[in-house]
Amino acid sequence: MAAALKSSPSFLQPKKPDTHFLIRHKPIFISTRRFVPMASIAATRSLSISETFSNLKRQGKVALIPYITAGDPDLSTTAEALKVLDACGSDIIELGVPYSDPLADGPVIQAAATRSLARGTNLEAITSMLKEVVPQVSCPIALFTYYNPILKRGIGKFMSTVKDVGIHGLVVPDVPLEETEVLKKEAVKNKLELVLLTTPTTPTERMKAIVEAADGFVYLVSSVGVTGARASISDKVQTLLQDIKEATTKPVAVGFGISKPEHVKQIAGWGSDGVIVGSAMVKLLGEAKSPEEGLKALESFTKSLKAALP
Amino acid sequence: MAATTAASITTAAATTAATKLQSSSSSLLKPYSSSQLPFKFTKFTTSRAPSRFAISCTLATEAAVEMEEVADSDPSQWKRPDSFGRFGKFGGKYVPETLMYALTELESAFHSLKDDPEFKKELDGILKDYVGRESPLYFAERLTEHYKRPNGEGPHIYLKREDLNHTGAHKINNAVGQVLLAKRLGKQRIIAETGAGQHGVATATVCARFGLPCVVYMGAQDMERQALNVFRMRLLGAEVRGVHSGTATLKDATSEAIRDWVTNVETTHYILGSVAGPHPFPMMVREFHRVIGVETRKQALEKWGGKPDVLVACVGGGSNAMGLFDEFIKDEDVRLIGVEAAGLGIDSGKHAATLTKGEVGVLHGAMSYLLQDEDGQIIEPHSISAGLDYPGVGPEHSFLKDKGRAEYYNVTDEEALHAFKRLSRLEGIIPALETSHALAYLEKLCPTLPAGTKVVLNCSGRGDKDVQTAIKYLQRNNRLMLSWLWKSYFVFPEGKALLLSKV
Repeated sequence: MAAALKSSPSFLQPKKPDTHFLIRHKPIFISTRRFVPMASIAATRSLSISETFSNLKRQGKVALIPYITAGDPDLSTTAEALKVLDACGSDIIELGVPYSDPLADGPVIQAAATRSLARGTNLEAITSMLKEVVPQVSCPIALFTYYNPILKRGIGKFMSTVKDVGIHGLVVPDVPLEETEVLKKEAVKNKLELVLLTTPTTPTERMKAIVEAADGFVYLVSSVGVTGARASISDKVQTLLQDIKEATTKPVAVGFGISKPEHVKQIAGWGSDGVIVGSAMVKLLGEAKSPEEGLKALESFTKSLKAALP
Repeated sequence: MAATTAASITTAAATTAATKLQSSSSSLLKPYSSSQLPFKFTKFTTSRAPSRFAISCTLATEAAVEMEEVADSDPSQWKRPDSFGRFGKFGGKYVPETLMYALTELESAFHSLKDDPEFKKELDGILKDYVGRESPLYFAERLTEHYKRPNGEGPHIYLKREDLNHTGAHKINNAVGQVLLAKRLGKQRIIAETGAGQHGVATATVCARFGLPCVVYMGAQDMERQALNVFRMRLLGAEVRGVHSGTATLKDATSEAIRDWVTNVETTHYILGSVAGPHPFPMMVREFHRVIGVETRKQALEKWGGKPDVLVACVGGGSNAMGLFDEFIKDEDVRLIGVEAAGLGIDSGKHAATLTKGEVGVLHGAMSYLLQDEDGQIIEPHSISAGLDYPGVGPEHSFLKDKGRAEYYNVTDEEALHAFKRLSRLEGIIPALETSHALAYLEKLCPTLPAGTKVVLNCSGRGDKDVQTAIKYLQRNNRLMLSWLWKSYFVFPEGKALLLSKV
């Protein structure tokens, strides 16, 4: 059942044979057997981000949304990491497109982007990798990318390219509400969900306009600052979550600075529909002695987060 | 607050709609401009509140159509910027959401203060007694002589002496303005980015003057190139933080300053040093430098009873150029010329000529021309002058270029160095390497100008800080020349004669 579903997306896309970067001389063995998704989860494979959230809500669950940077340490590891994250119970995956000037990112993700670009990672390589991997992954993937790479390719062309490889959503951290009009139009045309961010400095009225325009989910930035682990999560998040919940029925996920099972548990307890964990994941992959070790660390970390969530 | 946001969104939508209509709206234009419908409508509907609201929305759209049409032909009608911080399609606010509120707050503070008599008085007082304004408009007699043609005709060259300001460059005008603004906003900490160190020094200076803690972000590579300015900033009590990420130059220092601001926005003001970055910075920085052009107009009138014919300034981010140009944009008979850095050559791939070679994109919060690769990644620029070594450019320059109102050219490192020496020898003024780019363009410009053309060149900074760089470069060139001659001495008989003649 699961296997049959997994192969189905390839009907939608022409096969591309040149995937040499996925072939390893020594294929690493990640025991995905143990995490073979149950039929119920596998059936959600082709669901959109918002549908994924509604399904989880029905089951009283909170979404685990890990973030990793594409191409760090290399794209074949990213491909494996996506499968590992999926198998360990991630509900949505955020995949970062490396950018030369990532304004919203702290040192960990900056360094990952720099390493990835230094290895020659580009959008084309990322999309070819995704074309291969997305059919093997059961949860929806959202791309996290800065605006300039989208603009350079052409907004329409970018959107249709990423849609064609099976991406479900987009997070563009340097495009605030006022500039989203064009993006949104193309996103809707391509059935991509454009996630918008709201922050502790966003005035309530503005937050309302943001949640109104957001698709997929509302991304609540937990703290004033850039991405990166923090020792603790501000209590203010609880109030912010309440404010957003009063303004919308759309799902809300909290991100920035969340790095521990305790954080995840705390935020789920405050009523968030999802938690986003980025830098902590990126650090495990980027600082491991080998990709294999990184993937192993990623596996156990993701499971520990999943276990902390309802 | 809510109303402001809603209104600005409506206007933004209206402007977009207007832009779309623009191409096919020539038939729309006539009836609106002749009938003056908007005014009558407003009068009719004042008594009926709900419908007035509905109608005023419609009016915004129509008025924008008209504006756009007129705007194309008449510089005095250009919105620089519009209510959304856009200069045409350039500019805007492409920043993380965390900063949006601070930008709105900054913009309204700036608008309310810039015409506030108290604020103006304080600013003018500091500009006069602390900065040393007004800066002279100096007739460069021997430089003018240098460009005279054999028949004795040629342009007259004047230098706007921003190099005589306190701290040695135009940068202090903006630093003073923004620090006063920060104080009014109740911010307790100042941050800045710097490339050459001139803006860092200016910021450190005003922070010392006003007793505010100051952190300056500077690329680790630039800290090496501009060691003297690093020392100056530290002497002035600022903390200089080296930035090692990315390429460790100005663009990374700017990114790092923005990240600091994102993190400490509630207590900190970011004194951005150029007419770049998200709105309101390009507008605000220009307004604080506007004094350069305003003084120039007055001084020109005093000196020759007219206006300048040509204005020349170097362009990195473009603050000194905007400061000089802004006052004259409406005077269409005044030519505006910006000079960019062509580094090792415009086709070498190692340059900072953003307007000449760049493509439209988004960097550091604004849409503008950028140096980028085919994947939209920012390319590292090159220029001998750290102040021009930036892959972006102020959005208003992109706008002026596209409108054809200003012209932009470029000169190489080598041409700039020649100009650096030339002004030193002819006028006894050692210019900054940035300014030297503007000076170098005179070589190409002057032969084309009619006799008696009044050229005003913004002498944006003094070159003491660059002496080390210049020595290194000039010595390296001398060594290369000597080694070449030395080889020639043995290999070719004629080399011997050449070497002997040089010695």
